[in-house]
Formats: sequence, structure tokens, C-alpha cells
Amino acid sequence: MESLLQSLLGDNLLTVVLYCALPLVFILLYALLAILGEVKISAWMQDRLGPMRTGPWGIIQPIADVFKLLQKEDITPAKADKVLFNLAPFLSFMSAYAAFAVIPFSSQYVGADLNLGLFYLLAISSLNVAAIIMAGWASHNKYSLYGSMRAVAQIVSYEVPAAMVLVIIVMFVGSLNLQDIITAQSGPIWNWMVFGGPKQDVVLASGEVLSASWANLIFLPFFMASFVMYYIAGLAETNRTPFDIPEAESELVSGYHTEYSGMKFAMFFMSEYANMFLVSAVVAVLFFGGWNSPFGVYLGDAFGAPWLVAVEQFGWLAIKGLFFVFVMIWVRWTLPRLRVDQLMYMSWKVLIPFSFGIALVVGFLVVIL
Amino acid sequence: MSGYFKDIYAGISTALVGMRITWNHLFVKNVTIQYPDEKHDIPERVRNRLYVNMDDCIGCDQCAKACPVNCITIETAKALPEEELGETSTGNRKRLWVTQFDIDIAKCCFCGLCVPPCPTECIFMTPVFEFSEYNREDLIYRFSTLTPEEAAEKTENAERAKAEAEAKKAAAAEAKKKAAAEKAAAEKAAPSEQAGGAPAADAPAAAAKDTAPKQDDAPKQDDAPKQDDAPKQDDAPKQDDAPKQDDAPAADAASTTDNNG
Repeated sequence: MESLLQSLLGDNLLTVVLYCALPLVFILLYALLAILGEVKISAWMQDRLGPMRTGPWGIIQPIADVFKLLQKEDITPAKADKVLFNLAPFLSFMSAYAAFAVIPFSSQYVGADLNLGLFYLLAISSLNVAAIIMAGWASHNKYSLYGSMRAVAQIVSYEVPAAMVLVIIVMFVGSLNLQDIITAQSGPIWNWMVFGGPKQDVVLASGEVLSASWANLIFLPFFMASFVMYYIAGLAETNRTPFDIPEAESELVSGYHTEYSGMKFAMFFMSEYANMFLVSAVVAVLFFGGWNSPFGVYLGDAFGAPWLVAVEQFGWLAIKGLFFVFVMIWVRWTLPRLRVDQLMYMSWKVLIPFSFGIALVVGFLVVIL
Repeated sequence: MSGYFKDIYAGISTALVGMRITWNHLFVKNVTIQYPDEKHDIPERVRNRLYVNMDDCIGCDQCAKACPVNCITIETAKALPEEELGETSTGNRKRLWVTQFDIDIAKCCFCGLCVPPCPTECIFMTPVFEFSEYNREDLIYRFSTLTPEEAAEKTENAERAKAEAEAKKAAAAEAKKKAAAEKAAAEKAAPSEQAGGAPAADAPAAAAKDTAPKQDDAPKQDDAPKQDDAPKQDDAPKQDDAPKQDDAPAADAASTTDNNG
């Protein structure tokens, strides 16, 4: 992909910039879709129509929303810490965007094919916590501060089970590289991690052979549970309902971004939606075969067009990611918000013991098999 | 320990129950009515914006009297004898110029009490409910068909006629008095001369007789049979008639509003 761009553009710097900007383009387009999806799906679940006046069936509504936000006055509260206040939204979006660097959109496109991909993902997505507490503290507003405190407590708590689940997958595949994890799940749908991982030997990019057999079916219940736990932890990390305690609008106005308006608010918004897709994409990569086709074959192979294979792979990842974004929206408009103590109970007393237990069992099984 | 697992099970299963409900609702037909484009069916006989069909109004002021919030203001001027105002569709002769017929719909409480007393069924409530205005003054509906100049002219005419009639009456009274005095004087002077004094006394009396019917309010005479209907509501034994009166204007309203838009 990079070489393709370079041959097209002929300019090294331009190539790098464009290469890095591709996920941004994707995030922007996806955010428009997700905003529309959020309002429309919530409306349909409540037997309403949702926005109908902007364009046919209101499909231009998100664009209208963006223009509205662009026109809004950019207010910085008088008592706010100006530097931190102005920096926080960009740091928040940056952390979400930087995490996209290691998401493999197809076998041909991944921003940075790091061997420590998963580790980088964990590290960089934790930056969001810093952005949130910056925003909450710099706003000089009690609701913002409460919101950011809750957000930090929540994200720090839920990172533990999320990391443990990643460890389970890493133990199984033997690599932190996301492309390797996807390659390990190549082939038809039953090779996906959520169905117990590969059923025949897989050669990883590094040349290592991941030996596997149908005995891997024994992992199915553990990986299934891991998937559910990671998804729950991901929901909590993105501050989505039912874990939206940091933004609890009925208690805290809007949490840490109460004082933000205009474009800076839009940045937080974008970062939330980008994080939603990030979590969904990671779920797809870890448990649902990433860009692998569920049928194990590609149309591009049949036509002898390698570029079509890459496009198809991107399509499969996007479909899987968007499906999990849809589930997030579905959950949001179904479940009520948890109490703070329930939230902590869920993380420390349910998810963490279970993830440790599963890690232990999977570790043993990996050694034995 | 079993409580712990029970809690987890309950947490997952109840969440799934809720998820199933919202999923099913994704495919339930929406209940939204996109208001300005589509509207609710309004029940028949609704009471909304008032309308007055001025062709039928005889200016009897019954509706204004019935109004509990005094939102109807009616001014009338008696038509001159040579002016012909025509008849209402119910066959009543119109004898008054309605120089002012204002309904302050902002004050209106939509009780509909003005509708039944109307002898010609010309005031009624329409199903039109969208009449917001930016200016409160615009909510005063002026139904009078006369221009302000015409209204002023008619009022002036009526006043002049009244003044003339009063002057005539006064003159007649004066003449009568004079005649009586003359008669008394004549009687006193010579009772045999009575035949000569009588015609002089009769003439003014006849003149007074001519003006008498005009001094009465025109509609009262004309509407005598109809006006009886209105008090019927108050009369206990005849109360079964009242609902019938209610029905007529409402049904009328439903049919006429189509024309009024």
C-alpha cells in the first residue's frame, strides 16, 4: 500500500502524510455514519422516526450537526486553566487516532505493523485518561471534575480485565502483532478465535508455525467468555452507556466535557466515536478474524485481482467493526446506567477474577496442547 | 458464593431480555405523525377557532352576552327605513348595520357558549386550530364587513335618525300637552265649543303613534319567535330542546369550515 502510494505520488513526504491520513478519513466518514446510526437506531428502538427533515429520511443530519458545531462560539471559561483546557480535546482525539495506527484494515494496509502492536494499543488508548482528567481539572467546574474522576476510576479499573483478555489471546497466538493474530485466524469462520482459534497449522509472517488442530475446540468456551468480557470492558473504557457514569447527564450535566463548546466539544465527540470503532475493531481483530472473510475465500482471488482482495478485506473489517458499533448503540438504548458501586463491583469482583481464571486455564491448555 | 454466580447469571440474562425487547422494537412501526405534513384526525364537533358568517348576522348581541370572558364586542347601528339590508339564510330580515364585530380569540376560552344563542346560527366554532400570531393584536378578529368609514357613516345616520325621532316625539309630546292645555282651557271657557278643539288635539297624537314602532329596537320585534328559543335552555321543562340547538350549529361548523379553509 505504501509502495503503491509512493509510485502514484512519487513524493516521499506526501506519501507518508497521505498514508497516515487514511485512517483519519475513515474515522471522519465513519463518525458521520455512527452519529446518524445513533439517532436513527435509538429512534427506531423507541418507535420514533428520528431526524426526518434534513435530506431524504434525514440522512444529511450529521453533516448539519457538524456545521452547527463549527459555527458555535468557542468558549473558554474565565477561571479555566487555558493551556490544559485547550489541549485536552486534542489529546483525547490524538490518543484515539494514534491507536488506529496499529489497526490492520487489510492485509495490505496497517499504519504501523508493530511487533508490539497490542502493547502499543493498550498504552496509547490509556492516554485518553490523561486527556479526560486534564479536561475535568482545567474546566474549573465541579461537575467536570467529578466526571473526570469517575472516568479515570472507571477506565483504570476496566483496563485490568481488558489487558488480561489480551494476554489470553497473546498466550495462545504467541505474538503481540495484530497482523499475526489475524493471520492465525485465516480460513473459514470456524478458525476465528471466538470459535476456539485455528484448526490447522498456520504459518505466521515471522515464519513461525502456530501448530493447531481440532483439539482447539476446547478453547471455545474460554474465548467466548473472553470476548464478552473484553467487549464489556471496552464499553466501559469508551464511557458508553451503561457505563456512562462519567458523563451521567442526569447527575453531572455532561461530565468532563460540560464546559466545552464548538469544535473542542466536537473533538471529544469524535474521540468517543473513534474509540467506539477502535474497541469494535479490536474485538473483530482478536476474536472475529479481523479482515478475514468468514468464507475463507475472496472474490479477488477468483478474478486474479489482488487489489480487490485488499478492498474486500477492508470491507470485512469495516462490517465487523460497524456491527459491534451497532451492538454498542443497541446496548446504550437498552440498558440503564450502572451505579458507581455496581460498576466497581462488576470490574473488580466479576471481570478481573474471571479473566485471571481464564488466563490461568488457557495458559495451562496452551502448554499441554 | 452461589449468590455471586446467581447475580452474574441474573445480570447477563436480564440484560439479554432487555436487548431482545429493543431489538423487536426496531421493527415495530413507528408512531410518529410528522405534524406539519400529516395531521391527527380532528374529532367532529371540536371547538377551535370561532368564525362568524356576517351574511347571516343580524347584530342581536346574543353571543356577546353569552360569552363568559367577554371576548366578543359588537356595535350596531340601526338602518334607515329606506336602506334594505336583505334577509338572512334563515329568513330573518336584517335591520341593523353591524359596525363592529370583534372577537378577541386570545381571550376566548373555547367554551362554545356563544354558538347556541345565535338566532341565525351564524357564529360557530371551526376545527382550525393553527392560528398563532407574532403580534397579539392580530388575534383580534374583525368580522364586520363595513369599512371604518362606512361604519362611521352608518352610526352617524342612525344617530341622526334617532335624534330626529326624539325631536319628533318631543314635539309630539309638546303638541299633545299643548292640545291638552287648550282642551282644558276650552272646556273651562265653553264646554259647547268642544267640537272645534278636538281635531287640533288628534293630529299630534296620530304623529306620535307613527313614530312609536320605530323607537322600539328593530331586532326584538323581528326575532321574537327565535329569541324565545334561547331562553328555553334556562327553562327546566323545555330543556330537552337545548341539545338539539347545540347540534345544529356544530354540524353546520363542520360543513362550513371546508369552505373557509
